Amino acid sequence: MIESNYIIHGVNGPVVTVVGGRGLAMHEMVQVGTLGLTGEVVRVEGGTAVVQVYEDTTGLAPGQSVVPTGGPLCVELGPGLLTNIFDGIARPLRVIEEKSGPFISRGLNLPALDQERQWNVTLAVRPGDAVQGGALYASCPETTLITHRCLVPAGLSGTVTWTAENGPHTVKDPLVKLTDARGRESVLKLACLWPVRRARTFASRLPADRPLVTGQRVIDTLFPIAKGGAAAIPGPFGAGKTMTQHQLAKWSDADIIVYLGCGERGNEMTQVVDEFSQLLDPKSQQPLMNRTILIANTSNMPVAAREASVYTGMTMAEYYRDMGYHVALMADSTSRWAEALREISGRLEEMPAEEGFPAYLSSRLAEFYERAGYVKTWEGKEGSVTVIGAVSPQGGDFSEPVTQNTKRYVRAFWGLDRALAYARHFPSINWMTSYSEYADELRPWYDKNVGPEFVPCRQRIVLLLHEESKLMEIVKLIGSDVLPEDQKLTIEIARTIRVGFLQQNAYHAVDTYVPLSKQLRMMQLILRLYDGAKAQIERTIPLSQLTATGIFQELTRMKYEVPNDQPEKFAGYEQKIDAALETVRAANQER
Amino acid sequence: MRLEYIGLSELSGSLIALEGVKGVSYDELAEITLEGGERRYGRVILIDGDRVVLQTFEGTEGISLKNANTHFTGRPMDIALSREMLGRVFDGAGRPIDGLGELFPDERRNINGSAINPVSRQYPQSCIYTGISAIDGTATLIRGQKLPIFSGAGMKHNELAAQIVRQAKVADQDSDFAIVFAAMGIKNDTADFFRRSFEAAGALQRVVMFLNMASDPIIERILTPRCALTAAEYLAFSHGYHVLVVMTDMTAYCEAVREFSSSKGEIPSRKGFPAYLYSDLASLYERAGMIRGRPGSVTQVPILTMPGDDITHPIPDLTGYITEGQIVLNRDLENQGIYPPIDILSSLSRLMKDGIGEGFTRADHPALSNQLFAAYSKVRDARSLAAVIGEDELSETDRQYLRFGKLFEDRFLTQGDLDNRSIGETLDLGWKLLSILPRSELDRVDDKTIAEHYVENSWKDLA
Repeated sequence: MIESNYIIHGVNGPVVTVVGGRGLAMHEMVQVGTLGLTGEVVRVEGGTAVVQVYEDTTGLAPGQSVVPTGGPLCVELGPGLLTNIFDGIARPLRVIEEKSGPFISRGLNLPALDQERQWNVTLAVRPGDAVQGGALYASCPETTLITHRCLVPAGLSGTVTWTAENGPHTVKDPLVKLTDARGRESVLKLACLWPVRRARTFASRLPADRPLVTGQRVIDTLFPIAKGGAAAIPGPFGAGKTMTQHQLAKWSDADIIVYLGCGERGNEMTQVVDEFSQLLDPKSQQPLMNRTILIANTSNMPVAAREASVYTGMTMAEYYRDMGYHVALMADSTSRWAEALREISGRLEEMPAEEGFPAYLSSRLAEFYERAGYVKTWEGKEGSVTVIGAVSPQGGDFSEPVTQNTKRYVRAFWGLDRALAYARHFPSINWMTSYSEYADELRPWYDKNVGPEFVPCRQRIVLLLHEESKLMEIVKLIGSDVLPEDQKLTIEIARTIRVGFLQQNAYHAVDTYVPLSKQLRMMQLILRLYDGAKAQIERTIPLSQLTATGIFQELTRMKYEVPNDQPEKFAGYEQKIDAALETVRAANQER
Repeated sequence: MRLEYIGLSELSGSLIALEGVKGVSYDELAEITLEGGERRYGRVILIDGDRVVLQTFEGTEGISLKNANTHFTGRPMDIALSREMLGRVFDGAGRPIDGLGELFPDERRNINGSAINPVSRQYPQSCIYTGISAIDGTATLIRGQKLPIFSGAGMKHNELAAQIVRQAKVADQDSDFAIVFAAMGIKNDTADFFRRSFEAAGALQRVVMFLNMASDPIIERILTPRCALTAAEYLAFSHGYHVLVVMTDMTAYCEAVREFSSSKGEIPSRKGFPAYLYSDLASLYERAGMIRGRPGSVTQVPILTMPGDDITHPIPDLTGYITEGQIVLNRDLENQGIYPPIDILSSLSRLMKDGIGEGFTRADHPALSNQLFAAYSKVRDARSLAAVIGEDELSETDRQYLRFGKLFEDRFLTQGDLDNRSIGETLDLGWKLLSILPRSELDRVDDKTIAEHYVENSWKDLA
């Protein structure tokens, strides 16, 4: 064991006090005790430092030594992150399994990346080249979907003096040596280290003006999110937060998904691993796992590592963004992270603010969500990190501090609703409480890429749903039979929208993912029926005659009947609508 | 050499502090010997230099600053484990109380366990048939799941849990089945009820009981589920048993955690519960599961009584966020004499979707259960409308929903405590009930499934 001046003085759960000198820095990583548990300095007072330990502290005793590592909590970034699964401080869980079996043991200090694996590297610079921050110096195929691009770190520039040969290299091999203007030499490898709590830099921010297409109708149509945007999914338990996150991770058109299971269920992570290895990406027909990084710090894993896990995930997402990829980070659930902050804050005996959460809850949430963005990288490419955070409010009450503070930093809010979930209306995104501030900014993109009809259709759908919600207040009191016919029609068409359009079956092969063009066609058909029916009703034909034709039911099933690659089948529905309307019209003319 | 510290420096609630202590490690087990030889146990919960705070399991009654000698054992709290545990009864801290003597241990394990590596988990997919329609049909229990029963004081949760234990059977019958029963702060009558029902089912030799009664020390109550789950993990993953863990009452457990937390002077969070209640509960519930390449499984059915029947109270709330669903009992149904009074709308089994349907239960199961939920949720709307405008004013469809609701509760939910329905019976019953509704109302089922199972007016032989 390495000797050190620093020794343990006290232990209180994951919080350890250390005495022995003034040399420890804030957020420095240390190895604690005889087992060498990983910890981080969170407070320094005179000769005493407080360390939060990322592992169970059973067995630590005063007098055991604490070894500083000389730097903050860092994550190793390089090829091999994709398809892998890590714990909250970026230790590879598959390697942990090999070392300690199915139960996680302590004191395993493992690098994130496989140090032995050979990557087929192609060098992009030659001796004599002048390079600066952001320049590509090497690349290698990381998975069948993603090419790993190694870039000169921001702030570094100089002349290349030596390069390795093209061909197989490990992450430890030196690839490029360069000398800067002052004659200092730097060695660049496949992998590098980055402190997780520091945001990676970029050249400039760009406006978020293109959507993250998710294939989920209620999101893409009603409450879209931009690439580089931030969204929150709050909801009580059982409302389908995790299910929605899974759907977004599977189908959204990001290049890379970082899925962060923060303080959630172990079985859910297992499910993600199993499913993503089998499911194929709709564009490339490659396993989804090839574009996915998983971070699993389940609820029974140490709470301090849970606190760190969101930063680990964010740093990995930013790393791929800098290569020019569009990354989506799913964090499930940010409430568990906030609770980890609260738990540690309590152990540090800090003054609590609202509901026992520390006063810095809001600024930490802000720091996290502000790392999302659509940017121009140092290399001059465009990349983005989109953040979608689940929130688990206590008792399903959206007025609690985490939901409220999150609302301040996200611009899309997908509020899940217990009543909808009870009725098995999924995704249970409540169309009355949810909103997206991106809708207007994305309009030019929709006009250009889907069609100028899309946004007007969406607005009419929204209007009908709002009218229905007002009418339902009345229906609850007096029943629907006494309403005038045009209002009955509003209710009937809104039902068609709810069941036929907003509800989406994640387990149905066709319905689980729906392209934007199909979403538009579905809206158009529903509105075609509405307009036609309205014209008939104005001619005093009762709605019941129209519903008797079964056309409303027919439309609610079109989501299953029209495959995504056969849009021509929609023409049949147009004919059916027209025929139904015609039947009713003719029947009344005879009379 | 046995090192003992003579005397204490502070006593408060169940906590004792010692000063001038050396070489003690966090979470270590301590033996406290009183004058007269009585021996109690405690655990190190805080070290500050040479000052050590212990939490005593049996309370501090009768201890003074002078009459106690403390010995640190050098190891964390653990329990003795052996296959011989089956059929035995232990107290909350894992000591035998059935008068059959000490256990001869195969091994000793730390009761806190270690987290299962998410990549080592086997995703649970094979279902456990309970013979109860409301559970098998609409909130299927899966082997390796944690599915709590949310109940209220005075409702029939114990009867339901006993019936689950009696009737539970897994698809492959030849596997070894065991039950671990953890009682936390329950009344002697309740413990007796469970003992008798295990006996009646002829299962006593397959049951390990850990009993902490309402009058027993609360610190022991905090250890009880940990001992029980350590035993369950041992039986499941070292000996290949399929273990069903029944833990009751989680509310008493959480209240013990709160009492202990406030005695330590910790900053309280919601309703006085400590901020770490979520992590604490997770450290119990997450011990359910299956491991790849090992035969056994740990399935948990924790029971909790919701204070004031309030599902948003922190205990059911945090539990619901960790467990894979919940079975919620409803007082209105209970008052109507319906047993089991399961409210299917708020009940949910998260693992159900991957464990039912083609190749598991029956191909029509997923669509049927979805349709039953959707239909029953409309019954609620129809009933509240009927309460305002009267049944006569309702539309024909709404009246059909009322009829469906009534028969659903009388025929599908209601069953005797000895009534063991096969999954086929349950599903056929569901289809018969759906035939009360016109075909056009069945919007969760595709035409093919309807053609196979929907028989018009087949409900009439139920009425």
